Amino acid sequence: MQWEILVVMVVYMAINLGIGLWGAKLNIAAKGGFMEEYFLGGRGMGGFVLAMTLTTTYISAGSFIAGPGVAYSQGLGWVLLAMTQLPVGYLVLGVLGKRFAIVGRKIQAVTVIDFLKHRYESKAVIVLSVMGVIGFFLAAIAVQFIGGARLFQSMTGYSYETALFIFAGVVVFYVTFGGFRGVVLTDTAQGIVMFAGTLVLLVGVFTYGGGVGAVMGKLAAVNPDLITPFGLNHFITVPWIASFWILVGFGVIGLPQVAVRGMGYKDTRAMHTAIVIGTVFTGFLMLGMHLIGSIGKAIDPAIKIGDTVIPELTKLTLNPWLAGLFLTAPLAAIMSTVSSQLLVLSSTIIKDLYVSYVNPNPEEAFIRKVSMIITLITGILVFAISFRPPDFLVWLNLFALAGMESVFLWPILLGLYWKGANDHGALASMISGCAAYLYCHYFWTRPFGTHTIILPLLIGLVVFVAVSKLTPPPRTEIIRKFWG
Amino acid sequence: MREDLFREDPRYKQANKEALLAIGLFALNILWWFAFAYGLGSGPPQEYSYVMGFPAWFFWSVIGGYVVFSFLTWIMVKFFYKDMPLDAATDYHWKPQDRGGKR
Repeated sequence: MQWEILVVMVVYMAINLGIGLWGAKLNIAAKGGFMEEYFLGGRGMGGFVLAMTLTTTYISAGSFIAGPGVAYSQGLGWVLLAMTQLPVGYLVLGVLGKRFAIVGRKIQAVTVIDFLKHRYESKAVIVLSVMGVIGFFLAAIAVQFIGGARLFQSMTGYSYETALFIFAGVVVFYVTFGGFRGVVLTDTAQGIVMFAGTLVLLVGVFTYGGGVGAVMGKLAAVNPDLITPFGLNHFITVPWIASFWILVGFGVIGLPQVAVRGMGYKDTRAMHTAIVIGTVFTGFLMLGMHLIGSIGKAIDPAIKIGDTVIPELTKLTLNPWLAGLFLTAPLAAIMSTVSSQLLVLSSTIIKDLYVSYVNPNPEEAFIRKVSMIITLITGILVFAISFRPPDFLVWLNLFALAGMESVFLWPILLGLYWKGANDHGALASMISGCAAYLYCHYFWTRPFGTHTIILPLLIGLVVFVAVSKLTPPPRTEIIRKFWG
Repeated sequence: MREDLFREDPRYKQANKEALLAIGLFALNILWWFAFAYGLGSGPPQEYSYVMGFPAWFFWSVIGGYVVFSFLTWIMVKFFYKDMPLDAATDYHWKPQDRGGKR
């Protein structure tokens, strides 16, 4: 292990802790209600911070480690696939749009489940949503912790347990004390690191390979399939790759940790700025990281394990200080994702379970303590799960992603835009969407050549509309509250 | 209480328009991505043409798509998205031609 990399790592972790504490200080200084501050930063995000937190929350280890690892074996076709994520910035903010921000203020929602609760007034919908968040988020967070710890382990040479302890410890600390502000501020710093890291490695790899033309020539010489849009032996079929526009493009609107950011910005100017910066930023990272992975065979054709492609290329092409800087980037990607998920998980437990059903009118000082304690406990719980890690990292992660989309996408979107959407429709859609997803996942992986997510989402939509039409419309008071 | 007795929030009309624009951009994005990738990339790789060292399909679909759609996103937001207040109150009379996000 090179000591230079270790130094950069330690400094980086310390900086994140510092930023988290700064967020905590801002929380204490803020005047509004504690919940709105702790879970939504008092709806005060500016454009740049909004863009960074939205995109870094979405961009995880998948885009820095796993994705480029697959691109290494599939070639340029995998970069084509990764580019289906370009619209995330303009879709989430553009489609949820100003109506989500306005409605959030009308009903004083702090979480996505808050929104669903006011819109559908149905215990069953809430219970299902809470179960969905807890189940899927536990899995997703554990996966990110494991990925982060393994990465930290491979870079520092610590044991897995020590690496997990340090890595998860830092994240849990700044989420617990910094709340939403701590999370978005660290997200912003981490976004800058991710951008700089990608740029450095991109230049490094192409320089090492002797320029674009030379690299492409070598790649075609290794296997001509690598420079086609079809991947190795036509692995990437057209209906399958096209489905990713839904899975990692449109469907992202339904992820609670992403959607909640659509309620938290300060004004429309912030939103406009964030759409542009977010799109440019996402596109650059997706294109950059996957391109690096996809040309890896032209640099070093002998890498065996997908997840080690990026670390290996980094060590090969960059000097140790730059390598240290770059290797903080995937760590940053993981931390920025997991911190937001952790906060959604704890806000669900506190706001949607504790305040809704146990103690509707808690004292301000009391809820402050409870929020932090529950966030801390949640963090420790996931830490404990990650201690004995299950194997299928990417699998579990993708499962959580698609599962959450099949549960949340339609209740959020239709509830926001369609007056006729009612509680029966939402409930039926959540159940049928999730059940269809599980069925397809195990028994019918590529229905009509498409990705597993497509059919369940279609079923969820059709069931939602049909059931809503067949059952009584929502109460007029709800419509007035949301539309008036 | 009858549903038609309240006036819909005047900001929603513009907000709906903006959401539809985002969907339209999304559709256009898919079209561009698809047309260049498979229009230029479906032949045998030995016959590929190259732009700045990249295979032409890759250059236009992936790199070109990134640049063009980042630019179009900016156009959309700059010229078609309108500033408006976001607070809960609906007793003011906001019109799309009004500027400024704060009251």
